[in-house]
Amino acid sequence: MATGEVTKGRSGSLLDSARASSWQTRIALVVTAFLLVLLLVQAVRDPAQFFSQLVIGVTNGAIIALVALGYTLVYGIIELINFAHGDNFMIGSFVGLTVLSGTFAGIGLFSPITGDAGTLLKVVGVLLALAVAMAVCGCLNVAIERVAYKPLRNAPRLAVLITAIGMSFILQNLGLIWKGPAQVPFPELVSSANILPTDAIIFRWKDLFVLGMTVPLLLGLSYFIRNTRQGKAMRAVAQDKEAASMVGINVNQTISITFLLGGILAGASGVMFGLFNGITVFNVGFFQGLYAFTAAVLGGIGNLTGAVVGGFLIGIIGAMTDQYIGVEWTSIMIFSVLVLVLVFRPRGLLGDRSAVQGGGS
Amino acid sequence: MTLLRKYALPVTLIGAALLFPLWNSFLEGAFDVNLMYPVIVVTVYIMLALGLNIVVGFAGLLDLGFVAFYALGAYVVGWLASGHFQQVSVAFGTTATSITGEEVPGIHLSFWIVLVLAGAFAALCGVIIGAPTLRLRGDYLAIVTLGFGEIIPRFFQNGDDLGGFNLTNGTIGIKAIDSPGFPFLPDALSAWQRFGTLELYPWFYTILVMVLATIYVNVRLQNSRLGRAWISVREDETAAAAMGINPVTTKLWAYALGATFGGFAGAFYGAFIKNIFPTSFSFNVSIFILLMVVLGGMGNIYGVILGAIVIQGTNFYLLPQIKTWVNSIGQAVGNQTLATVDIPKYSFFIFGIMLVLMMLFRPEGIIPNRQRAEELHDENPGSGDAMGGPVRA
Repeated sequence: MATGEVTKGRSGSLLDSARASSWQTRIALVVTAFLLVLLLVQAVRDPAQFFSQLVIGVTNGAIIALVALGYTLVYGIIELINFAHGDNFMIGSFVGLTVLSGTFAGIGLFSPITGDAGTLLKVVGVLLALAVAMAVCGCLNVAIERVAYKPLRNAPRLAVLITAIGMSFILQNLGLIWKGPAQVPFPELVSSANILPTDAIIFRWKDLFVLGMTVPLLLGLSYFIRNTRQGKAMRAVAQDKEAASMVGINVNQTISITFLLGGILAGASGVMFGLFNGITVFNVGFFQGLYAFTAAVLGGIGNLTGAVVGGFLIGIIGAMTDQYIGVEWTSIMIFSVLVLVLVFRPRGLLGDRSAVQGGGS
Repeated sequence: MTLLRKYALPVTLIGAALLFPLWNSFLEGAFDVNLMYPVIVVTVYIMLALGLNIVVGFAGLLDLGFVAFYALGAYVVGWLASGHFQQVSVAFGTTATSITGEEVPGIHLSFWIVLVLAGAFAALCGVIIGAPTLRLRGDYLAIVTLGFGEIIPRFFQNGDDLGGFNLTNGTIGIKAIDSPGFPFLPDALSAWQRFGTLELYPWFYTILVMVLATIYVNVRLQNSRLGRAWISVREDETAAAAMGINPVTTKLWAYALGATFGGFAGAFYGAFIKNIFPTSFSFNVSIFILLMVVLGGMGNIYGVILGAIVIQGTNFYLLPQIKTWVNSIGQAVGNQTLATVDIPKYSFFIFGIMLVLMMLFRPEGIIPNRQRAEELHDENPGSGDAMGGPVRA
């Protein structure tokens, strides 16, 4: 939660903070600077390619950020790594696909919406898919919390984590039963055509679509947490459950609402992932979930802004690795970021109190 | 009498295990089932589960990347006992021979040397991975181990062109790994000269001896100074540190020992199946082994062995059996979906449910370790951490 941040000792100048920094920080800064310089060299050599890749990174980052928010919201409130969250994202993309196909459980409700449909139908279809996926994933997340996590509220932390891993496998196999082991194609409802007049830098309608859907969701979430009564209750529970229940906040309901929010974001993200990449598969949630978790950790787990920043950073790191190192190294790169951040800076870039608790020392 | 009571069960079990080839041939005669191959695989998993038990059960560190050490062990055998490195030709005490009498390309060391090297290499990697990460507590450590568990097999998958050097042969994996054996034995013991694919009992006795050694180490560790240090760190790291125990060194020992047994098991398995692929070391395997430990009973050696047998038994026999039943029911009622459903494909659906149910209803496992059971049912928040502590400190 955004409320839990520590009041960090702000040293006066950049020089002071440089002097006070540990050797680990310095090495990390040097390595990061070195990588940035390498990237910059590439950017100068072929700016068009670099910026096109940057756009892809930002778009992927937006999708990751929405999932990362789900991890961070839940971690902020009950300090659980909700391992099943990535698979919830996968279920979201499957629900979206099913809505677009117009057929559910053998009952044809309307004819499938494909790439040939009219613009209005496409817009309605996409919005409907998003809405249904958000609702289903939200409810699913709440149900998982009720069944699997709530009875373990006072159990050892790792017992709950093992339960979450079990839930993750259950959801993944539900996806396997539902759509089979192969990749399933998404109808191409959002155009891959370039918006920009030049062919040099590629900024597709798809990218605009994802960013255009993500920004209102982020603003809405931010408004909810900052300005509503329920949001205030969430922040209170995140800070101190006992004290919150003493002042009359329904803790269980607040936790449920947190899971609902996380699920809604995961559902939206799942549908957008499908529309953006054109495919989805039953185990997509494992990797996307871990990327999103990395993003949450990188930004500082428990910190909402951090999750968004981390999401965009991970998206960009992934896209740049795809382009300049090789696609097969992307997951290694991102997992290395995960390990390095957890080892050397467990509270992340914009970390707060709860992260330090989880990270020890 | 007390001596009898103490040793009756273990001696009976070990005796039954030693005589297994005998009653396997009896079973083969009576029911026409040969259990040798599955039993060897189960025994490999018993060894892995016992290794993970040191980490999860004794020291209370949740390791979600145990498969990494298993993979490392298997790849060490691949590197040092096969024709993979064709540039060189080294042979020592090996069972590999060439028909032409020329030197065989690749490194061919005796399996027994490679076995020790695999354990040592896995332990070294365990220390390298563990040293910076073991400062972390609980769930963060779990995720870091998961990260390494993903990175290492992926590295093996991509390692066919590291600056032009083919280290791991990529997705094709390393093929034709040498068999273990004692080439100096007389010809009367030909099955032991070079372990073959037809006579499996030398393999069985090798892995049995390895598992017994693992059990011996587990038992001796349990009540050692180190074992008690693990319990104290698991229950309350801060208090243990105040008592003069170095938590990081203590945890590092657990991690390195667990890794060693993972490496041994991987080395044996690599030699046994002869071809290793990076895809056979996925995250699922880590969870599979974790489930054995959790199901049987964290920290209880009997429990862990039982867990490994139950889970592998389910995998090998129960699921295919259920498939046959469900398919025949489907055929009887004329339901096409039920008649063709492939139950073993969804094994992790069942294993996921098992994990959740165990954690909800019996987190201490089938045969619990008394102390662990009490820790896991401790409803008093504010004491301990890791596996023994509460969700919120």
